[in-house]
Amino acid sequence: MADLRTTLAGIRSPNPFWLASAPPTDKEYNVRRAFEAGWGGVVWKTLGEDPPVVNVSSRYGAVNYNGTRMAGLNNIELISDRPLATNLAEIRSVKRDYPDRAVVVSLMVPCQEESWKAILPLVEDTGADGIELNFGCPHGMSERNMGSAVGQVPEYVEMVTRWCKQYTRMPVIVKLTPNITNILVPARAARRGGADAVSLINTIQSIVGVDLDAMAPMPVVGGLGTHGGYCGPAVKPIALRMLGDVARDPEMAGLPISGIGGISSWRDAAEFLAMGATGLQVCTAAMHYGFKIVEDMIDGLSNWMDEKGYASLDALRGQALPRYVHWNQLNLKFKTIARIDQDACIKCGLCHIACEDTSHQAIAKIRAGDERRYEVIDEECVGCNLCAHVCPVDDCITMTPQPVDGMQTWTEHPNNPMRGQLTNAG
Amino acid sequence: MDQTPDIAATRLPGDVLARNFADAHPPLTANQAIIEAERCYFCHDAPCIEACPTGIDIPSFIHKIASGNLRGSARTILESNILGGSCARVCPTEILCEGKCVRNTQDARPIQIGALQRHATDWQMAHGGQPFARAAATGRRVAVVGAGPAGLACAHRLAMHGHDVDVYDARPKAGGLNEYGVAAYKLADDFAQREIDFLLEIGGIVLHPDHCLGRDITVPSLREDHDAVVLTLGHAGVRSPGLAGQDLAGVVSAVDFIATLRASPTKADVPVGRRVVVIGGGNTAVDAAVQARRLGADEVTMVYRRGADHMSATTVEQEWAQTNGVTIRHWAAPTDIRGADGSVTGVAFTQGAPGADGRPVYDGLSFTVAADMVLLAVGQVFVADPLEGSGVSLAGGRILVDGAGRTTVPGVYAGGDCTPGPDLTVSAVRDGRDIAEQIHADLMSHPPLQKA
Repeated sequence: MADLRTTLAGIRSPNPFWLASAPPTDKEYNVRRAFEAGWGGVVWKTLGEDPPVVNVSSRYGAVNYNGTRMAGLNNIELISDRPLATNLAEIRSVKRDYPDRAVVVSLMVPCQEESWKAILPLVEDTGADGIELNFGCPHGMSERNMGSAVGQVPEYVEMVTRWCKQYTRMPVIVKLTPNITNILVPARAARRGGADAVSLINTIQSIVGVDLDAMAPMPVVGGLGTHGGYCGPAVKPIALRMLGDVARDPEMAGLPISGIGGISSWRDAAEFLAMGATGLQVCTAAMHYGFKIVEDMIDGLSNWMDEKGYASLDALRGQALPRYVHWNQLNLKFKTIARIDQDACIKCGLCHIACEDTSHQAIAKIRAGDERRYEVIDEECVGCNLCAHVCPVDDCITMTPQPVDGMQTWTEHPNNPMRGQLTNAG
Repeated sequence: MDQTPDIAATRLPGDVLARNFADAHPPLTANQAIIEAERCYFCHDAPCIEACPTGIDIPSFIHKIASGNLRGSARTILESNILGGSCARVCPTEILCEGKCVRNTQDARPIQIGALQRHATDWQMAHGGQPFARAAATGRRVAVVGAGPAGLACAHRLAMHGHDVDVYDARPKAGGLNEYGVAAYKLADDFAQREIDFLLEIGGIVLHPDHCLGRDITVPSLREDHDAVVLTLGHAGVRSPGLAGQDLAGVVSAVDFIATLRASPTKADVPVGRRVVVIGGGNTAVDAAVQARRLGADEVTMVYRRGADHMSATTVEQEWAQTNGVTIRHWAAPTDIRGADGSVTGVAFTQGAPGADGRPVYDGLSFTVAADMVLLAVGQVFVADPLEGSGVSLAGGRILVDGAGRTTVPGVYAGGDCTPGPDLTVSAVRDGRDIAEQIHADLMSHPPLQKA
């Protein structure tokens, strides 16, 4: 059995699966159910100053795709709308009863030193394992100069992080907003401020859809809509890229990362870990299926690690990072060609029409009576993979790498007018 | 052979009969339809389209269901097949579109194309109106003889093109096989008539029921008053097995049995035997056998002279019969129908086996199946008598037509079951539609006929 025990910024949990700061971690009742289901930790839904915020009714919008519900989820909920004292008492109670689980408290108070100085001892007193600074909430709070309004200004990120490090002994995790141009800027700012870890990504600013009857963005609140924060499986590619950028950045070396963004299965988890995450946070998948899904996340990850020979998360962490390079480091001499397994082919013709209409006219349609046959024209195939992606049959179209004659990157290519001058930033 | 004849109506309570003859395959719910539609791969050069005699653009209509464009979906179906609603219910999809679905190869579970087609066309019927507009009147008049699927499809397409159409039928109701010749549970809730009402909304079509060709009208008389005449006569006769005893009381044509059932709103007045033997292996045999069971017959035995693979009833139909409690016996030919006191008591068969050439070889062993009712379903035939003297030539017992549906008499066209080719509702619809297009092209390239 692979060892799934996780230590992130000194915070220990029996497995890497934490519930992210969100509705599932808003109350003691939910968190106890989560721990009973096996979750390794929680980041308690963001606490703010009293009086608490007020939330609207109708809070989520979803992207359903081809019968799949909640491929993406968007919310316009704010931070915890319960009194601070209530939350603190419940955090204390839960942590007392589940000493082996990680209980991290998400915080968001006004961007002034006294506010942070005031709340930190109260949280520390609960016995919580650490804090996560919510610099990411992209709606509602940002208009009040909190959340992503802070996360989008590197100087503020650094400043608030420094205050927190100054006024508490608890580990400080800085949660980064993806609603910026370059994730490295706020990530480096967090490190300069003394962060013990960063977590990413928070939700992405979004309008999830338009209700064409109400003629308003969804979710519709009394006839009106607003933009919200997007999450769920649809955001995973964006999260993985930002995770990879931070994880491979020499200036961020050694700073643990809590990976967030559409993690729905053990396979997603393995990908985040391979791209450099130390811990993981999940929300939408739990909101879709309930807390029980963690069982397969743990079990599946463990089985896969056993199969692959990774004894611990440390052995897996960052394994894909050395092969995450800039485009101009890719070998332009590499060539791969589509191969169609004619026995597996069901003759749907989707590979042909995709290539014919939208790509390189490299798949021939051959008819002999009622018999259909689709064949790759090797000379025309650029190895783009589109056919393999549209093919509905697993392993019917495979991309077959061809013998490679040496290495040539764009930096060395004769067509490159900047040859010899480019850096990795190209 | 000492059984007492036992044929009676109302073997089952009314509520059971109502249930037994209600829609055999209830429609998909909206959610089921979307889930099923999303299984479709939207194939390029889709085999299902080729397998459909009317060439419906199946991937497109299914895609429109998935996208919530039901109006567009129904139109896509109906522009190829105006009887898409009844075809969705009666087509042997397992040997047509669904039989060619690429998902058979992948997971042995084709898209339920028939059920989806019903979903879309039901939407159209429920929302009313015609998706098609009638073109400006051409002043041309066409007679269609036979208001079955071929005739109705022809009439609709002619009307769309602006022609006036007279549709004649010998029966009191239009619909042909859809109204008289298909099991009640396949076209429940008076669907055939509702579909005709929908179809007639195009305008320009006048139905003339109770007009029998050869008695009330003739081809020459119609030709006098019309710019063209279309013969979609179907099969007016049934083949006789030529068995001793076939005139005994209790021996009934399966076609008549089915028609009687269709004409009865409650089915409580339709008599059925306690033990029924059905002779034949086609869809009519299955429709008769299953409905006999559903009327309350204790034992229904369907006997076919060859094997399961040779039956014209599809595998799905055969299984439907079996799950309804019908016993199917293969490779047995009837030798005579036995009776007592003028009523049937059973059928004697000789047991055979497949010979080297696939044809049955009978070894002389015989058996008898006791029966108080025998339903004959050994085939239906085209009856040419009403065409006598019209100059319309026959070939192989059906009306001779060229590739465009023209008979040997100028201005007279024919299609559907009265012409050579497969006897399928959907093929008849294709014939009717294509003849209409041909007539339209022929008429519009000539000046109007000078009336006598």
